[in-house]
Amino acid sequence: MSGCNTCSVHGHHFPEPGDGPASGLLGQVEAAEAALRAAAERGRPGAPDGAAGDTDPQEYFTALIEADQKIEPRDWMPDAYRRTLIRQIAQHAHSEIIGMQPEGNWITRAPSLKRKAILLAKVQDEAGHGLYLYAAAETLGVSRDELVELLLAGRQKYSSIFNYPTLTWADVGAIGWLVDGAAIVNQVPLCRCSYGPYARAMIRICKEESFHQRQGYEILYTLAHGTPAQREMAQDAVNRWWYPSLAMFGPPDRDSTHSEQSMAWKIKRFSNDELRQRFVDMCVPQAEILGLRIPDPELRWNPERQSYDFTPPDYAELMRVISGDGPCNRQRMARRRRAHAEGAWVREAAAAYAAKRAARATAPTEVAA
Amino acid sequence: MSDDPRTRTGGGAPAKTADRSGWPLWEVFVRPRRGLAHHHVGSLHAPDAELALRNARDLYTRRQEGVSIWVVPAAAITASSPDEKDAFFAPAADKVYRHPTFYEVPEGAAHL
Repeated sequence: MSGCNTCSVHGHHFPEPGDGPASGLLGQVEAAEAALRAAAERGRPGAPDGAAGDTDPQEYFTALIEADQKIEPRDWMPDAYRRTLIRQIAQHAHSEIIGMQPEGNWITRAPSLKRKAILLAKVQDEAGHGLYLYAAAETLGVSRDELVELLLAGRQKYSSIFNYPTLTWADVGAIGWLVDGAAIVNQVPLCRCSYGPYARAMIRICKEESFHQRQGYEILYTLAHGTPAQREMAQDAVNRWWYPSLAMFGPPDRDSTHSEQSMAWKIKRFSNDELRQRFVDMCVPQAEILGLRIPDPELRWNPERQSYDFTPPDYAELMRVISGDGPCNRQRMARRRRAHAEGAWVREAAAAYAAKRAARATAPTEVAA
Repeated sequence: MSDDPRTRTGGGAPAKTADRSGWPLWEVFVRPRRGLAHHHVGSLHAPDAELALRNARDLYTRRQEGVSIWVVPAAAITASSPDEKDAFFAPAADKVYRHPTFYEVPEGAAHL
């Protein structure tokens, strides 16, 4: 077989939006990866790598952050830094796991075998991303089981966006384009996060995520250039997903509680509003190529700011959905709890089998009677 | 990519709590292509080595990232901790004569 064993599903070509979304963002991911390597080679100025010496651990930690060096699992770190990362990475991991549901709903109803194969691969990626992130969180001293329990008990959150329903096939396209697009804008700066395992997981995730965004864009492009009914379906999906996608960047800067400290620790590199603006500026030309309308009458180019003015999302709605009162919160949680409970026998059986085999391997050889 | 394995003996990190399903943690190493060394790519939970390998294939090589995988129980890894790093790696710091650049080569001396 030749190098590309997925060529059969890559048949369809559509104009790529300029030097636009995926290539630009992928470039940024590669730059972040190069920066990570460069920092590793540079080491901390004035000190051999890792030499904690007699320095105060807090001072050493701060010096590492200031020198753009990564904090690694066994380094000393302030408790609040550890707690912030656990909360953020866990929430991120939960989002990937819950995020399988809205699209998973369409696997059996995908319009063709090609679309079905792609969607399966995408949902499998989401599961993989969840697992990379749980593994990154575990380096901070929590176990995955604890985090899963916190999610199932409703004590840790996941992204509000997954509490919206996927009503039509076009929603799968809108999720890829807008939701994964927003996620990428959010996540690319995390490739430069000061915590090494998180930064490395994000580099891996962002590279895979760009396929998700492109497949969604392709679905919408196909529908937008199809029958009038297909076009209308695509427009309807964009109408419903636009504002919830804008809300994915979180509350406006003036209300964001965790931002300032996270910026100082270089966990977060840009504010919620900066990233939201970046997303809008990226989407407008993409929507033009799709031939679909962004449902915002106030949307217009502002030459002074060299950015688009836009209507902010309904933050009251965001807070409602986060606190559990979105259209699908109960359904998503019930389904996750059921899946976890129904998988219990598999986990137990595999553990019992492993224990039995380990016991046999160490047991003294029986003498045949 | 290379995380420190998270066998916790120091470094101020809390001890890792046992996995409640009884599935131990495995560290995963992948050889991307022939001629390259295995590199640490991440970790996963699995009940035994065989399933750890299968899970590693599904989790870390979905896009032909590797031609060979090693899985190692995380508990079997012994790691130096950053607290000891200074003393542990100090013997190498003052032996610059171990590097070829320490030596002055006379003008015209070739093949050195």
